[in-house]
Parts: sequence; structure tokens; C-alpha cells
Amino acid sequence: MKKKIVVVGNGMVGYKFCEKLIAKDAAQEFDLVVFGEEIRPAYDRVHLSAYFAGKTVEDLTMAPASWYAENGITLHLSDPIVDIDRDAKTVRSHHGLVEAYDYLVLATGSAAFVPPIPGVEKDGVFVYRTIEDLDMMQNHAKKAKKGAVIGGGLLGLEAAKALLDLGLEETHVIEFAPRLMPRQVDDAGSKMLQTKLEELGLKIHLNKNTQEIRGNGAISSMLFADGVELEVDMLVISAGIKPRDEVARIAGLEVGVRGGVIVNDYLQTSDPNIYAIGECALAHHMIYGLVAPGYEMADVVVNQLVKDKDKSFKPFDMSTKLKLIGVDVASFGDAFIQEPNCQTIVYENSAKGIYKRINISNDGKYLLGGILIGDAEQYNMLLQNVKNQTVLPPDPEDLMLGARGGKEESGAGVMALPDDASICSCEAISKGQICGEVLAGNNTLDAIKKCTKAGTGCGGCVPMVKDLINETMKSQGVYIRNIICEHFEYTRQELFDLVKIKGYKTYEEALDGLGHGDGCETCKPAVASILASLWNEMILVKGNDTVQDSNDRYLANIQKNGTYSVVPRIPGGEITPDKLIVIGQVALKYGLYTKITGGQRIDLFGAHVSDLPAIWEELVNAGFESGHAYGKALRTVKSCVGSTWCRFGLHDSVSFAIEIEERYRGLRAPHKFKSAVSGCTRECAEAQSKDFGIIATEKGWNLYVCGNGGVKPQHALLLASDIDSETCIKYIDRFLMFYIKTAEPLTRTATWLNKLDGGIDYLKAVVIDDVLGLNKQFEDEMNMLVEAYRCEWKEVVTNPELRKRFTHFVNAPHIKDPNVKFEPMRDQIKAAEWVK
Amino acid sequence: MSNILAEDTLVWHLACSEADIPENGGACALIKGEQIAIYNFKRRGEWFATQNLCPHRQQMALSRGMIGSTGEEQEPKVACPFHKKTFSLKTGACLSGDDYQIQTYPVKVENGMVYVGL
Repeated sequence: MKKKIVVVGNGMVGYKFCEKLIAKDAAQEFDLVVFGEEIRPAYDRVHLSAYFAGKTVEDLTMAPASWYAENGITLHLSDPIVDIDRDAKTVRSHHGLVEAYDYLVLATGSAAFVPPIPGVEKDGVFVYRTIEDLDMMQNHAKKAKKGAVIGGGLLGLEAAKALLDLGLEETHVIEFAPRLMPRQVDDAGSKMLQTKLEELGLKIHLNKNTQEIRGNGAISSMLFADGVELEVDMLVISAGIKPRDEVARIAGLEVGVRGGVIVNDYLQTSDPNIYAIGECALAHHMIYGLVAPGYEMADVVVNQLVKDKDKSFKPFDMSTKLKLIGVDVASFGDAFIQEPNCQTIVYENSAKGIYKRINISNDGKYLLGGILIGDAEQYNMLLQNVKNQTVLPPDPEDLMLGARGGKEESGAGVMALPDDASICSCEAISKGQICGEVLAGNNTLDAIKKCTKAGTGCGGCVPMVKDLINETMKSQGVYIRNIICEHFEYTRQELFDLVKIKGYKTYEEALDGLGHGDGCETCKPAVASILASLWNEMILVKGNDTVQDSNDRYLANIQKNGTYSVVPRIPGGEITPDKLIVIGQVALKYGLYTKITGGQRIDLFGAHVSDLPAIWEELVNAGFESGHAYGKALRTVKSCVGSTWCRFGLHDSVSFAIEIEERYRGLRAPHKFKSAVSGCTRECAEAQSKDFGIIATEKGWNLYVCGNGGVKPQHALLLASDIDSETCIKYIDRFLMFYIKTAEPLTRTATWLNKLDGGIDYLKAVVIDDVLGLNKQFEDEMNMLVEAYRCEWKEVVTNPELRKRFTHFVNAPHIKDPNVKFEPMRDQIKAAEWVK
Repeated sequence: MSNILAEDTLVWHLACSEADIPENGGACALIKGEQIAIYNFKRRGEWFATQNLCPHRQQMALSRGMIGSTGEEQEPKVACPFHKKTFSLKTGACLSGDDYQIQTYPVKVENGMVYVGL
């Protein structure tokens, strides 16, 4: 006989209870019926303010109504339970439904506490609790200018953020206590927080007791006990919560003096068949007003019902870390304990808006708690220290400040944690489990995520997991060698040297001689790149075609619908009108979308793979060459117009850019690389954002290296100044060869330099002072590569065997892929959107 | 499912000549209106065939992917050129951690011609 569980309330915790019960495969054992008061299924109330920042109700919904149906849960919305008959074990809903239960779970949550201030009933006064509240606020805000929030706690500040998002001209925060967030933050922390929030446009009033809400029907002002009157036309009351215990009271269950259904450690009310969880429950004499303990309560009750394990609800750690209107705020352990009961260390930096406080036991051994405002990066570590009672280092302030004056030590702290320290709280994974897996060979972040699930939830623990991996490896005396993959147990640099010494020209030779197995999508392009950098042979011959990466294989860039883009080289961005016309004609003929690229050339999109040779034949005949936009190779050398036209130009930057681009065109490297030449210090070519950039000076050129745009922008660093063109090219030869030989796969020059021991000074010593004695060799090798250059597309166009490979259907070369779809946009085409 | 089809329901279709499929790579053939990716795994002396559609972004691309193998079992696999999702050439299972499954087909080579069983 199936037992029936009735859940009263469909908020976050009520939903989580259902989710956890379903996850236990309890469907055969129980019927689950849920009654909710609101018109929609449970949604994320914690992130309510995101609704004004553009999130929809759907985004916030925990699970759609269909989820309940799919899992066999009966869901009654807009129908709160109004009575419980404990003798008959039935509940009655507002609409008159009577439902029998074996177990009843009260998850009725809480309502906003509205203090009995005269005038709270006026128009324009709101609470901040439900989507309906938000809709009403949004409506009213359209005609409101000045808003206020009563309550400077967590919820009040969230509500203030909502008013900012609604675009009110002024937002005031009124707090009765002498500080903001009185439950989490001390006076000094509150001051720092106040300064930061005021910078963001909030007006904050502390020690303010609201006496009356004035106005004729609608609110027009607030009167405070000190006689001050504040004009507002909108007010949100967020002065705390009160547990929804009405039904429990009617049913005669024990409730607390100030509200809340009293529960024992197993979350049973005074009637053992009735449980209470979340903000309606009074456990350990307190209401837990956060979502995490609510979820834990749901878990405790589920475990009891399915008799999985004997788990009770223990006093829950109320440490919190959050971003309030962009300001980090964290509070952990015993944040308020004071001297002489502890030693307190405080760090304050008003220029940066940072306040940190830690409380330490009087014997200096243990961390008791603390507060972080403005920078909460150390929160995880500090919380772990409190929870695990780790013995503190001699200078415990390092824990909150991070080690200063060096990049060492950032991860060492994690090793001091005990093995049972919880690292990933979403998946409940301990330090011991992670370290064990690292020792068992799962020594990458991906491997750890796969085998333990750590770091797959909120992701907050990922930095700690990384530190644990590295520190565990180090403690084992493992020198971390970045080998290519399972098929080649060499670093790229080792492989580069070996392939050169052995004289291998194909991937198969390299795999036979230096690797094992069949290869994969990691080692194939890596070796292909090494071969190209060493010999600069045509990449699609000798069986090397199928080891090239996606784009190199077809000498074009694969785009969203499986078509390709075509980028002819336009050295230095200089092009004749005749050539421009050819590009236009080709684009028209093959129906291509055209766009100017960031590198001063023209990209033609939407080419079918079978059209590529014909397109290139026309381009090659007009004097174009491959632009290598598809390769880990030189892309463009951008230039400003320079001294030929510009009245500020010092040298002819276009001519130098063309010379450089033609020297290094087709040169393959561990990653793509870009360059630019500017004709004067105004830097119109943006050379300092390139892998190598050249800027004209009165006396010659300045050469900058290892800059990057992209994901992590980084300015290039000066390698040499006031050098002549010949020296400049010599230095670039050496620099590029050194990079090509030593960088790891897919590493841009900026990242390579960041990892290079000795940094730019060492690079100067190699390139300019020849400390390695390799510069002659570097230059010879570069000259050999430059000599060996041939346009790949010209070779394909003139070689019938190679041309044959450019088809979609090998048995029907003239049929194009019928799945390729385009859509019109601004008189051109775009790729049809793909499934997400 | 096709790997366990009874022999009598399997129809062999001529796809192309052996030389049409690059060594240690793939190409796509149009068979009965379907796009079938055929791989000549020369290094192992084996041939494989799968659907050409990568289920991740629904792109007809697997035949243009790199092939290789992984693990102690040397499971043969193909990596989609778009986002490098990898699939077993034997079972069609996704090997890069997603919940995808692709169709695989039997292949035979006779007298220099390649046949796929549908």
C-alpha cells in the first residue's frame, strides 16, 4: 500500500523536498500531493531582483508544472491549505479539496513582516516577496521618482537594488539599527559598505524610526521619530520576515512565542506525522532565513521518509557570502565576538573600499569568525579554517590578506586543511576524496570533475580544487610535465626537437617512431603544426591532410552551417581597385556574405566546400594568395597609412607592413599570431595589442612583443627601441623561432611570455644578447622557411588530386549539402541559426 | 540499433571506391537520401561508417572530423570538426561526456569498392 505525503507550500524549499524525494526513486513508495498558494510553481526567490534586471518568470522557475506531472506529483496551485484535521489525518484546501495524508510536510515559508506604522495601507507601499509584488512595483515605478526601502538588512538592500534597476531617480534606505546588515556586519564594516553603496547612488539613513507614512490615498512622504520628513512616492517594506504558521496554529501544533512551528532535531512538529521545513520552522529556537539550511531540512525529512539514513538537522552554519549591488559582503563563523573573549585583527583600506576582520581564539590557535567587505576572495579558505578548527599559522593576518610581495603560497593553505574538510559543498566532496583521486591518477581538473562531480555545481570551489591538484602533485615530488596526449609522452618542445633530429616529414612516421596507438584530435594537429613549422611543406600531401585541424584540412574556416569562409591575403591592408572589384565579383557569383575583418582584409562567408577550389581559382588568377585565416599561422600585419599620406607619419608604415607580412606569410606556429606597424606614436595600427608590433620613432622603429587582444587583453612589451628595419626583422626572426620551438600547443605569445622564466628580460637576453648562442641558427631556420613558402591554394587549384577532396558527397561531387541553410539579412545572407 | 540487425534485413549499398575515402580519414556518401560518413582507418586496417550528423549542433560534419583512438581498449573514435565532441566508431556512444548517441553502420570493401549496410 502506497503512503501519501502532502506538502503544504510550493516555494523553494517545498520544491526542493519534492526534487530530493524523486531523486531517491521513491515514486513506488509514495504518492506526493502539493498545495501552493501562489498561481505559479516554485521560483527562485533569492534572485528575485534579477526579474528587474531582465530575467523572466521562466528563468526564475525552479521546475515547470510539466516536471511535477512527469514525476507523478499532483500539484494544486492558487489553493492554500486552510485546515488540518489531525485525528482524521486530512487537510482541507481553500477551494474545499480534502486530501488524506500519512505524512504532512509544512513548507509554508514566511511573509514579509510589516511593522504597524500608521499609513502602511496607502497606495505606493509594497512588500518584496513574490512575482506579483514585483509586477505591482514595476507598474507603480513608472510614475514614481523617489523611492525608499524600510530595512537595511540583506533583503532590504536587495529591494533597494530592485528600485535602482527600476530607474527611480532617488533610492533611500531606512534602517532602524545604527548599521546596515546588522545580523552579518559590524559597525566598521557597515561604514565601509555604506560608503560603497552611496557611491553607487543609494542614500542611506541609519538610526531612523519611521513613525508615519503620510499622503492622501497614496504615499507622499515619511515622517521619522526625529521629526525629519522625507518626500517619497514609493516605499518598499523589507523589515524582516514572519513565519507562516497560521495553519499550524489552527491545528493546535506547538508554535514559538514570536512565531514559527516548533520542530525537533528530526524536524517533526509536536505531531510526529507532521514535519515543518524552511522558514516556517522554528528549529534550535531560531528561524533559519536562508535557503541553504532550508534545503538541508528538506534533505533531512526525505532521508527519514525513505529510511535511507538516520540524519538529523544540526545547527546550520549561517556564514554567507554575497554580492550586494556589486559589492562583496561575507560574514562567517562568530563574526561579532569581541575582545577580551578573542583577539581581533582588522584591515581597512578606504581608498579601495575594503574592510576585513578576523576573530582569533586568545591562544592564537584557531580562527573563530570574521567579516569581509569589498573583497571576499579569501572567504572559502577562512570558512574552512573555522569549520575545521585548523591550527593557524604564526601570522594569521596572511589568511585574510593573501600572501603579499610574491606570487608564491597562493595554494599552500589548502594543504593544511584536514582530509574531511568539505571542498565542494554542492556535491559534498571532501579534500580527502579529491586528493585521493589525484593520487590515483585523476590529476586534471576535468578528470576530477568527471570522477567526483566536484566543481560542477556553482563552480565556486574550482580554484581550490586546482590548488589541491597542484599541491598534491608537488607533494608527491611530481614534476608536472605537459605531455601532448596519451599517444605521445613528450612535451611539445621535446617532440619538436625529436621530429627535427629524426627528420620525420609525416604524422605517421612521427607516431610510429615516437608515439603509440592510433593518435587523436589532440596530437594530430599538434604534430601537423610541428611538421609545418619545421619544413613548411604543403600541408595536405603525404597523408598529412587528415591530421590537420578542422580549418586547415579544407584551407578555409568552417562556419555555423558547415559552409566555409574565404580570406585572401591583403598585405598591410593595401589593395588596388581592380582587386577589390574581383573580390566583389567572386562574392556575387558564389552568393557570399562579405565583411571587412578586424585585420584590414575582406572575409567572404557561406562558401560550399565544393565551391572552394573554383572560388580560389578565380582569386589566384587575379593575383591573390591564401590569407591563412584558417591556420595557426601569421594572420595579418595591420598598418596605418604612414608617411606617404599622413602629415604626422614618420616612416612608411604600409611598405614596412607589407614587407613583414610577405616575409612571414604562411609561417605556422603553436598558435595564430598577428602584427601591426604604426607610422608614429599615435599608434593608429594598434601595434601594442599584437604578438609583435612595430612603431615608428624619429630614429627608427620600436619593436614590441607578446601583446594580445582576445580573451585576455595584454599590452605588448618593448623589446628594442630605435632600431633600423634590418635589425628589426632580425629580432623578429629570432623571437618567432624561439617562440615556435618552445611554446606549448595552442599557446599565444602573450601566455608563452607569462610562463617564460625570467619574462621579458630573459627574452631580451635571448633575442638581443644571444645568451643561448642560438641566434644564428634561428635566423638560418627562418630563412629556410621563408624560402620554402608557396601559396597552398595555388597548389590545390592546380592539382586535380587535391581538388577532388573538396566535395561534400564523395559519390555525388556535384550535389551540395542540402542541409545547408541561409537566411536573408540586410541585403545579404547569414547562416541559419543552429540548435542550442 | 543497426549493429544488431539480423543479416537478412541488411541491404548492402555501393557507396564509392576505396580511393575516394582518404587514408586515416573520412568522407561523406549520399546513400538512399541519407548522409553517411565513411572512415578508412588504414592504421588499424578497419573501415567504419556513422551518420554524418553531429547531434550536438545538428551539423553535417562528422565525415570531416579527425579520427583516432582512446583509452587502453584503443576505442576508435571520430571528433566533430565544430566543437570536438567525440564518438565511438564502434558503438556510436559519445565519449566526451555528453548524452549523445550516433548511428553506426556496417561497412565492407570488395574489389576496391566500399559498401555500407543499411
